[in-house]
Amino acid sequence: MTQSPIITPQAAIRVRGLSKFFGPIDEGAIARTGPEFGTARDPLSGSIVAAWDVNFDVAAGEALGIVGESGSGKSTVLRCIAGDQPSSAGSVHLMCHDEGRTNVLDLSPAARRKLRIDQLSVVYQDPAEGLSLGVTAGGNIADPLTAAGWRNFEAIRVRARDLLDRTEVPLDRMDDIVRNFSGGMRQRVQIARALANNPPIVLLDEPTTGLDASIASGVLDLIRGLLEELDLAVVVVSHDFAVIEMLTQRCIVMQHGRVVEDALTDQLLEDPQHPYSQKLVTAARS
Amino acid sequence: MNSTVDEIAGPPQSVPFALLDEESKREIRRALLQAVCIPGFQVPFGSREMPVARGWGSGGLQISLAIVGVNDTIKVIDQGDDEGVNAVNLRRLITSSTGIEETSETDEATIVQSRHRIPEDAMTSDHILVLQVPVPEPLRGIERNMKELERMHAEGDYSKMWVSLYEDKVRNGVITQTTGYPCLVAQRYVMATTPIPRWDIPRLHQAEFLTLFGAGREKRVYAIPPFTDVEPLTFEDVPFEVEASNGAKCRLCGSEETFLVETPGSESRWSCSDTAWCRRKRTK
Repeated sequence: MTQSPIITPQAAIRVRGLSKFFGPIDEGAIARTGPEFGTARDPLSGSIVAAWDVNFDVAAGEALGIVGESGSGKSTVLRCIAGDQPSSAGSVHLMCHDEGRTNVLDLSPAARRKLRIDQLSVVYQDPAEGLSLGVTAGGNIADPLTAAGWRNFEAIRVRARDLLDRTEVPLDRMDDIVRNFSGGMRQRVQIARALANNPPIVLLDEPTTGLDASIASGVLDLIRGLLEELDLAVVVVSHDFAVIEMLTQRCIVMQHGRVVEDALTDQLLEDPQHPYSQKLVTAARS
Repeated sequence: MNSTVDEIAGPPQSVPFALLDEESKREIRRALLQAVCIPGFQVPFGSREMPVARGWGSGGLQISLAIVGVNDTIKVIDQGDDEGVNAVNLRRLITSSTGIEETSETDEATIVQSRHRIPEDAMTSDHILVLQVPVPEPLRGIERNMKELERMHAEGDYSKMWVSLYEDKVRNGVITQTTGYPCLVAQRYVMATTPIPRWDIPRLHQAEFLTLFGAGREKRVYAIPPFTDVEPLTFEDVPFEVEASNGAKCRLCGSEETFLVETPGSESRWSCSDTAWCRRKRTK
């Protein structure tokens, strides 16, 4: 008997009840934390509710933003989906994996790492997390390619060259080690590497934070172009509304580990409903 | 009351057969059995203190002593040379503690202990090749974290090894690694063929003989059972090549089809690395 897919055909990612705790948690701890209490830390047990009951769907060709201040749990959510951190509860179904029948949170760490080869890529804020700095730009792209079974040197070179060209890394730097690259260039290499095996899902964790404004806008332009071109399902985590506005159609707002608003991006920016969203938008607009 | 040294030492103790006590030999043999069952997998073992320093063949020596029987004949070579100082000393240690015969002829030997070479003569299922290994971990230069190394082997995740081959080719135009070329054993584990040169690697593939690798300092043994696939890692469009001699001949026997080594200084500077093979060719 085959189980019917849990996710609808149009959703590439479905996240339900995703939660992450640090320390022992009971129902009281959930009730004593969140935006109403102004903290994610349970005052009785000291445990932290880093994320509680996060739900969303993302379709192919769509980008969802997760907004919030530092410590709101937005990066935790992304890392739980990526498999960088174990989650405490909930489910994540990916259309590209077993047609969405399996909760990928139940997979073994090894199986989750396999997903990262050609199903799901992450672009981190810090390129050192997504790249080997002592390896050339081409070598960093060769890594996921060889992991996916590429064994032809010339074919790897051609693919790496295409990707670096697409992400606007000068090709004469292809054989330089990434440590000698500027921050913006490293980020472009990281994006090229993330796209190496045409994954249907890409997660971006503060992709332009830490870059200066002119470089950041170039990288953003690039990401936007890629999103339009490649029909990816994307989740973008950022505290920067300029990034969210430029890349996403919908977004969720997180505060103290909870989702406080779920809206179309335009709508959120024009008419935020939750007091915290209003504060964030006002701060960004001033 | 004063004691003499003789009194403190007590009555002379007999040295066990093959130097190691029976429990130690059994432990090493157990590790070797596991190694043979999982070709290319590095099995930890309790490397003993030996009368040679670690790094001087103590791993190979312990394997030879653990598997040797009264009817065996031992050949020991160092860089293909039976008369190398270390080879002579190890051979003496083995024969004096067991009373077995020694030889420099490969076809007379049942156990061949070697550093850096596989003898030129074809070996058969009558032989066991024991290699002394300095660095058993093929990924050592690529990843330092032991936990991560363990994970990479367990999951067969060798993409970093491929990246290092890619980088080597990009930087140098060729893959420069000479000794210890990484090989995939039985389609599963990547293994360091340290310390043999590339020349000998095709001779491990589907070999008739059993090869046992011992790293005393690193406390690991591993094995290639007879008739096992041993494939050097290389890209499809970058063929694996053995060392080229560029038309050089052995200055002693004139051989062109053996692994030659360069002797600095002399006029015709190349000679066979396998001295026993070279001598036999000249006396024929």
